Formats: sequence, structure tokens, C-alpha cells
Amino acid sequence: MEKRWIVALASLWVLSVAGCGQPPPSSGQGGAEETTAETTAETTAETTAETTIADVGGSPELDAAADEYEEYVAEQTTLLADLTEQFAGAVVAGDVELARQLYAPARVPWERIEPIAAQLGDYDPNIDAREGDVPDEEWRGFHRIEKALWVKNTTEGQEKYARLLLEDVRSLEREVRDLELEPVDLVTGSVELLNEVSAGKITGEEERYSHTDLYDIHANVEGSEAAFEELKPEVAGEDMALANDVEEGFDQVYEELEQYRRVDGWVSYEKLDEADRRSLSQKVDALAEPLSRIGQVLEAG
Amino acid sequence: MSDPEKRLGREKISRRDLFRMAGATGAGLALGAGGYATLRGATDARDTGDETAVLPALQTVAFHGPHQAGIDTPQQEHLHFAAFDLTSESAAEIRDLLRAWSEAGARMAAGEPAGPENYSSFMPPDDTGEAFGLSPARLTLTFGFGPPLFGREGEDRFGFAGRRPEALAEIPPLPGDALEESRSGGDLCVQACADDPQVAFHAVRNLARIARGVAVVRWSQLGFGRTASTSVAQATPRNLMGLKDGTNNIKAEDADLMERYVWVPEEEGPSWMTGGTYLVARRIRMLIEVWDRASLADQEQTIGRHKYSGAPIGSEGEFDPVDLEARGEDGEPLIPEDSHVRLARQSDEEKILRRGYSFTDGMDPERGQLDAGLFFICFQRDPRRQFVPLQRRLGSSDLLNEYILHTGSAVFACPPGAREGGFVGEALFEGA
Repeated sequence: MEKRWIVALASLWVLSVAGCGQPPPSSGQGGAEETTAETTAETTAETTAETTIADVGGSPELDAAADEYEEYVAEQTTLLADLTEQFAGAVVAGDVELARQLYAPARVPWERIEPIAAQLGDYDPNIDAREGDVPDEEWRGFHRIEKALWVKNTTEGQEKYARLLLEDVRSLEREVRDLELEPVDLVTGSVELLNEVSAGKITGEEERYSHTDLYDIHANVEGSEAAFEELKPEVAGEDMALANDVEEGFDQVYEELEQYRRVDGWVSYEKLDEADRRSLSQKVDALAEPLSRIGQVLEAG
Repeated sequence: MSDPEKRLGREKISRRDLFRMAGATGAGLALGAGGYATLRGATDARDTGDETAVLPALQTVAFHGPHQAGIDTPQQEHLHFAAFDLTSESAAEIRDLLRAWSEAGARMAAGEPAGPENYSSFMPPDDTGEAFGLSPARLTLTFGFGPPLFGREGEDRFGFAGRRPEALAEIPPLPGDALEESRSGGDLCVQACADDPQVAFHAVRNLARIARGVAVVRWSQLGFGRTASTSVAQATPRNLMGLKDGTNNIKAEDADLMERYVWVPEEEGPSWMTGGTYLVARRIRMLIEVWDRASLADQEQTIGRHKYSGAPIGSEGEFDPVDLEARGEDGEPLIPEDSHVRLARQSDEEKILRRGYSFTDGMDPERGQLDAGLFFICFQRDPRRQFVPLQRRLGSSDLLNEYILHTGSAVFACPPGAREGGFVGEALFEGA
């Protein structure tokens, strides 16, 4: 895998008071905070530029983790394409009941890998735009069909959107085969998936007509965990307590979600009252906080 | 605390003083507690030529000491108060949280970032950053333990049931209560006070972040102006009714009164609370639209003082003694029987150290009125003998009740201060 170098530039501004000499700041990662501030001084100011070069993806283990995760992303897009084919088939056949049943499960693989897929082309707006995200004449994808199925109770007029959706996910499936991921993508991806939950889905805005948000939320957590699992040995080697905190956090979120699982899928998100949603949101926050620190494996060694 | 002059004495310093001190020590930095804040403040003072610019080094209040800061500290201008619910079931995790809170608290009180790691490109910085470049603003952090920490519904959650202070009883229902569950109670509390609202907010935000996975915020309250003076050096401020509040407050300089009414003495127990105190918080909504329709005479009769001078009715100076016997020409008491000042002064045993703040939380959608009032905070040795009987009397007959509603209530045991290297509440975990 191609090595990528990230240059982190930290500008340390130091100003001295009343002409008194001020020793240069201690450099390096940990000791600089005492003398660092984004203070712009008009007076006697010394500027020291501290350049840190971190070798990202330099370790074979991290590279292997990224390779493994590429496979996971490829598997999920294939699953997405297959499930979407069944869903689109039901829509084209005019079977509203079947289409409603297949809608949420078809989205699950998408929600597991969304941050990665969203980096590629226009797949995110084409596949997953909510009403109002794009001009109405450009609106297509899952949520356009969702609205027809749940609000108008029909598949009428949706056939072309079903075909477009299937084309989009098949195209995504092909494009993902050439995807080259870096370890840093796993780190940011795992946190972004939880941010998807905290920032949006917790309010029920994602599946505003079908209220199948719990499928998405659970899939986001699964996708986040999949990325973390690839990095876990490195994280544990660097900071065992952190790895344990993250694992514990995933357990807590899954446990919180489990109460909403039924034999035939997840309950409607409308069943969760404000206290339920807050409790879930706080569990996700409790997980995302330690998870956001796993990036330290990228600068190890 | 260890340096009363620093905490109670001169906080302001002239530009000339600044340079004299800088010269004397060879470097302005030597005065500072936290690098950037010190530098920024000194530069401001020089560049603006502001003779009254405050030297940041003296804008710090020591975190460590025999008592927690934020109680006998001359009251700062702004508050961010937060109550937390514990989500962890492990006493060890709570101990670790309190240790982490004390460490971050000591750093922030000194004007330093909440944590040391702020320069990795691959991780979020330890500190959230919004206080960079600001003065420490006399930030104090005061931690407290609520009754549920020592057991809830018969369940000894953390094994602390045997260490629960008797004085830490839930505040009983009181006349005039209109309490909201979502503004009341809590397992832990943090009182952050500072002269800069962003510094206070920053402290609570970072402590809540550190708590993630162990505790979640249950409710929080911002306060924007102090409604008490806790030092002889401070003038009596006005509350949102336009009245001087807290004229007769305990002043922190009066060690005898502090010992008698505020600090828990050794013989009172439990030993982990020696040198601590009890915090009662009440969110008192003022119906200010209604108050504003009351005539000046009605307002003064309600409180028992003249509105502008703050003097007791019939007297001229704010600090004139309150003569409850004085009668007008009609033979009626000058200070009405059910006025606030008369009812509040009936018992010497109930003295409390008040440290409240005005608040507003936007608009009350139900009434279409401003949601504003007094976030009342008081400290005392035993709420059962001080706040509770006082409020029971006020709540049943105070003329002020026509204009106020108590919408939130909480009580917390604030342990003594931490020594350097220790943490607030350490003795509780040692089982002392």
C-alpha cells in the first residue's frame, strides 16, 4: 500500500512580557500546552514552528487492518446491491406490502458503511437524500420511495426511482472494488458512524415516514464496531484500558438497543419517548468519547 | 484558604504595579499560574493602558485547601451549575471520576487546559478550547454528593449507605413548592463560578466530557449575575426584582460565623465531611410581569425594605439595624408581619451563607412571559436546622410568595477541600 505522509503543523506563538526573555516552549506532543496559545501579539513576538511528521499507515499491522476493512466494505456493498434488487423488484411489481417489508433491511448494509460510501462520487445524495436535501427534481433514492410507500401507500410512479436506485448501488459495488483505504479512514469512519446517530438519527429525522430508524441506528453501531475490531489489537497494544472502555461502550449501546428488538425486526421509532431517546443518545456519547481517542495508534512508534 | 489575601484581598492592580512586579521577578511569567492566560492579560493591560486591568495571576483562586473553593470565595459574577446522574454501578469508577475531575479542576482553576494532550493530529484535543486566551477569571469548582449516592429506594447502590451524613436528608416538601423533576435532585453536582461566563461554561463542559460513560448531566443552570455579596469588599447587588439582596449575608471574613453556621465541625460527623458543608439549590422563578405591576409601596411592604436604598422601612441606610418593633403613626409595624425581611430574621439558628445568581431561560411558553428568577444557592452546616425551617416559614406566609415559584430543588454534601495530589471526596472512598 502506498505510504501517505501527513504533516501536522503546529504553530507555537510565544510572546514575552515587558522585554523579559522567555525561554522557547518545550516542544513535542505533551509538554507544549503551557506556553501555547493562539494569541496574536503586536509586540515582541517570537514564532516557533513545530513540525511533526507522522507516518500514517506505516505499520504492516495497520495496513493489514485497512485491507481487512476494505473487504468488509466490499462485502457490505454486495449485500446492499442484492437486497436492493429484491426491494426494487417489489416496487416495480407494485407490491406495496412486500416493498415496505424489504425497505429497512435493504438499507442496513448502507448504514454500516455510509461514511466510506459517502466519500465516493454522488452516491450519498443519490441513494440517501432526505426530502429537502436536494432540489425536488433531483430527489431520488431510498427516501423518495419511502415517502410514496408510507405516505401515499403506493408504488405508483416509483418504478423509475427503483431502477435508478438499483443502478446506483450496483455502480457503487463496482467502484468500491478499487477503493484504497488508509488506517486513518477506519478511525474517522468508526466515529462518524456514531456521529450520524448523535447528530441526526436520534431525533427520528432519517426515517421520518417509515419510522424504521432503529434499523439504521443498529447498523451504524455495527459498522462502527467493524472498523474498531480491525484496529483493536493495535489499540489494545497501545492502551489496553482504552480498548476495554470502547468494548464496554459497544456492549452498553447494544444492551440499550436490545429492548427494542422483536422477532420480526425493530420496533417503530415512534415507540421511543423523549426519555428513551435521551438514554440511547447518552449511551452513544459514552461510547463515542473513548472511541474518538483510538487515533493514537496512528502516531505510535 | 492558604492564602486569604489572595482570595479576599486586592484583586486589581495598576499597570505600574504590573511592571514593578515583572521587573522584580525578572520575568512576568514568574507571576503566572497558566502560561497563555497570564501572557494575554499582561499584554492587554499594557496595550490598552488600562490602569485597572487585572493581572491574571491574581485572577486565580487556589483549587486545593482545607475547604473547597467557591464557598468562602468572594462571589464571582457568573455561574454554571450542573447536576449529574451516575450511569456507572461501580464505586471504583466514581472514585476515578472524582480524581479526574479534581485534576482537571485544578488545572482549569490555574488557567491551564483541562488536560495535557492538545496537539495530536489524530485525536480530539483534551481541552475543548473555548477558554484559550481568556483569563482564569477566578474560576472555582465546587463538587457535591446528592442523597441518592448513598442509596436509593432501599438499594445501597455503591456501599456508601453507612457513610451517609444524617444532615444529607432530602429536602422535604415545603409550602409553595412547584417543583419540576427535571430541574431537581442528582447524584453529583458541580458548581462552576467565574467572572467570565465562558470560563464557567468551559469548565462544566469539560467536566461533563470527562464524565462520559460514568455520569450524565441531569440538569444544568446558568446564572448571569450574583445576587449576594459574600465578602465585606463587595457591594450588595440587586436581584431581578430590583431589590438589594443579601444585605445581612454571612461574610466569609467572619471566621466565627463561618465556623458556627457553614463548616461541618469534627464532632458532627461523619469524619469525611469535617470541614465540608451542605449546599441547597432552589430554582426560584420570579413572576416578574406580575411584580412589575405592583406599586412601589407594595414592593417595599412585601420585602420590608426601601427599594432604592435597601434600608429597612423607616430607616435610611442599607446597613441600619432592622427594628422589628418600630411602629408607624397608625400603630401598625413599619415592617409588616409577613414581609420577607421579618420572616427571614426570626431565628438566629437559621443563618445561612447565600450565594445565588439571577437567571433567565428564555420564554415560558405556557404563560408567554420571561422565564427568569433567582437560582438560590446556600451553604450551611445542617439544612435540617437551617434552610428547611427557614423556607417552611417563608413558604407559608411570605408576602413574596405572590410573585415567586420554587421550580427546582436539590441538596448536596460538599466534602472538604482536596490537598495537592488528592481529590475532593477522597476520604469518603477510604471509608474514613
